[in-house]
Amino acid sequence: MISELPILNVIAARLRQGHRTMGFPKEPPALPERLRGRPTFDPTQCPAGCRQCAEACPTHAIDAKHGTLELDLGRCLFCPECEAACPRGAIRFTSEYRLATRRRQDLVLRDPAAAYPLAEALEITTRRLFGRSLKLRQVSAGGCNACEADTNVLGTVGWDLGRFGIQFVASPRHADGLLITGPVTKNMALALQKTYEAVPPPKLVIAVGACAISGGPFREHPEQCDGAGSLVPVDLQIPGCPPHPATILDGLLRLLGRLGPPQ
Amino acid sequence: MKPSASLLFPNSRLLAQADIPVLPFDEFRSHVVHAIGRGARLAAYYGEPRTDGWIRVHALLADGRQGRLGWCAADVKDCYPALTPDCTAAHLFERELAEQWGVRPEGHPWFKPVRFHRAYRDGADAWGRPPQAPLEPCVTDFFRVEGEEVHEVAVGPVHAGVIEPGHFRFQCHGERVFHLEISLGYQHRGIERALVGGPTPRTLPTMETLAGDTTIGHALAYAQIVEALSGAQVPARAHALRAIALELERLANHTGDLGALAGDVGFLPTASYCGRLRGDFLNLTALLCGNRFGRGFVRPGGVGFDLNRDQVRELDRRLGQIFDDTADAVELLWQTSSVRARFENAGPLSRETCVALGLVGVAARACGLERDARHEFPIGLYQFAQIPVSTLPAGNVFARAYVRWLEIQRSTAFIREQLVMLPEGPVRVATRPLAPGAAVASITEGWRGEICHAALTDGRGRFAHYKIVDPSFHNWMGLALALRDQQISDFPLCNKSFNLSYCGHDL
Repeated sequence: MISELPILNVIAARLRQGHRTMGFPKEPPALPERLRGRPTFDPTQCPAGCRQCAEACPTHAIDAKHGTLELDLGRCLFCPECEAACPRGAIRFTSEYRLATRRRQDLVLRDPAAAYPLAEALEITTRRLFGRSLKLRQVSAGGCNACEADTNVLGTVGWDLGRFGIQFVASPRHADGLLITGPVTKNMALALQKTYEAVPPPKLVIAVGACAISGGPFREHPEQCDGAGSLVPVDLQIPGCPPHPATILDGLLRLLGRLGPPQ
Repeated sequence: MKPSASLLFPNSRLLAQADIPVLPFDEFRSHVVHAIGRGARLAAYYGEPRTDGWIRVHALLADGRQGRLGWCAADVKDCYPALTPDCTAAHLFERELAEQWGVRPEGHPWFKPVRFHRAYRDGADAWGRPPQAPLEPCVTDFFRVEGEEVHEVAVGPVHAGVIEPGHFRFQCHGERVFHLEISLGYQHRGIERALVGGPTPRTLPTMETLAGDTTIGHALAYAQIVEALSGAQVPARAHALRAIALELERLANHTGDLGALAGDVGFLPTASYCGRLRGDFLNLTALLCGNRFGRGFVRPGGVGFDLNRDQVRELDRRLGQIFDDTADAVELLWQTSSVRARFENAGPLSRETCVALGLVGVAARACGLERDARHEFPIGLYQFAQIPVSTLPAGNVFARAYVRWLEIQRSTAFIREQLVMLPEGPVRVATRPLAPGAAVASITEGWRGEICHAALTDGRGRFAHYKIVDPSFHNWMGLALALRDQQISDFPLCNKSFNLSYCGHDL
């Protein structure tokens, strides 16, 4: 029913829409059944000389030789091609959404049995500064608007980033760090550099998505820089194309020491 | 002007390159100008390098009344008489052609670079810039208004929100905007050039990320190219699933836009509900393929994922719920007079301007034009199941918002209808090698508007040239003109009412 008084309509809609902020991180996030999260692999299954997964990979994220497999999640687009190409099911995506690491090399998986090196929290002094209030400036530098959109979605009522004290601010001078998306185009390199310099130290840099970590599908194009790491030091790497919002939020919270080890 | 000057063909038909008429330039120019004057649109206009140092200029003319595309070409060397003085819609295409191939359109009224990169032809530069001098993005001439109390406002590339980079230069008198000039290029990743010699395993992810919020739209335009070139017959079920995915993409983005428009006039209830609902629509795309933006779904020859009966029911159930919540949130906009007043009094664009610029998509339909590729150049499921074209004549922010709402309703009804009668059968066929010496132009109606891809293959069936036209390429100038005589404080509102892509423009 529509009222003549607009405010009554607003209140009625408010009651119908209800409370929608999710229980994450106390409860696990609702993830799509077909989500392609962290891949598992079993090189013992690989037929001798088989390189079908590596050849199908659009970004050369897989190195297959001498019965070993090496997966670089920093380059991985989490597309279904390697899984589809493998004749033995030796490579498979799981629904594990927790993917963020502190160091670029931690994203290169060699030993399928090894524990995944999830991002550790900041050192105690920096954590004291940022742990309960982190203001970020987002810089899109060739991003396709998917990483941007799934970063932005964290600000909506469903995810409510503000409850963790994390907020995106309008100026780098008000920020504690940068969240960078995109491969960093040559045409954005100067703007990114200047924005980085405008953030007062100590400052953090977070690279979100395959592009910002490695150049993604644009890697080796002469018009871009193969990711943010070529210009600024990166403190947190969040892989994906784009990473699921839960992956991004998990990474941010881990960095701030707000999450324990994964169950 | 002979009617046969263009090769006429339906959307995504396989053509032989040799059949594209190469006209003497004068004839080419007058043919294109006349065709546009008589109601066709310039869907694409671009250069292809020839081995002898010449550049072949291709024009793709879209005539929605006949449902046919026209293709013609002409060879040029270093300069030619510009089309723009007689055909406004060519203005940005001619700047792009000049930047890519160093061909000067003589008499172009506002001749500037588009993306700020070096020409792809050795030693050529349409502006005579020395090859060793650094090329800085958006360091160029801007239109300036002189006079007492006139001031200039420069915004970007790094903006206040979480959005892509671009530069906006306003000429203002107090709060009033006399003129806005938009200069982009910051997102340029060299996509078209990298596609030459393909397809490779990287081609499809490139299509999916060239404008990431339009993953399905661009992947579909590309898939149609490959299917035409390889003679693949896409199964009926795949056509239906593709249309469902394309409409889900429209639903998510339109809903997000309505929320953002509400936010820009300070009406927070709708802003906050729609922000969440956009994500709910994205989750439906993730139900299809595991990725919220549809990556991995569209594949040449069909789709990468099928839905079982339970998933079909689940999709239908959730779509119904999300739509009800969306209706509840969006109706608030129309019930609130302060919102309506803000929307109605901002960003007007006349039908004449819209036609002259060749705008597409929501922006064109909000000027009363029945311009919708699903209706004009139907392909796949749209040949058999029609969605009414949603138009409104007002041309302002309200019209652009309301057209979105009409489309949300119609896309939802369309998807639910299709889910009931999904054809049985496979969802993908294998594609064969591509035909050599061929040409294909493909069009889809993405959520922003018409997406056009055009490919030429070489003697081995590899891409000799690949052209991409995102709807934003047509529409950015529309935003610039909609800002004239507006308050500068209404820029965010007007901007969001177009919501154009930076990366889709910059490629």
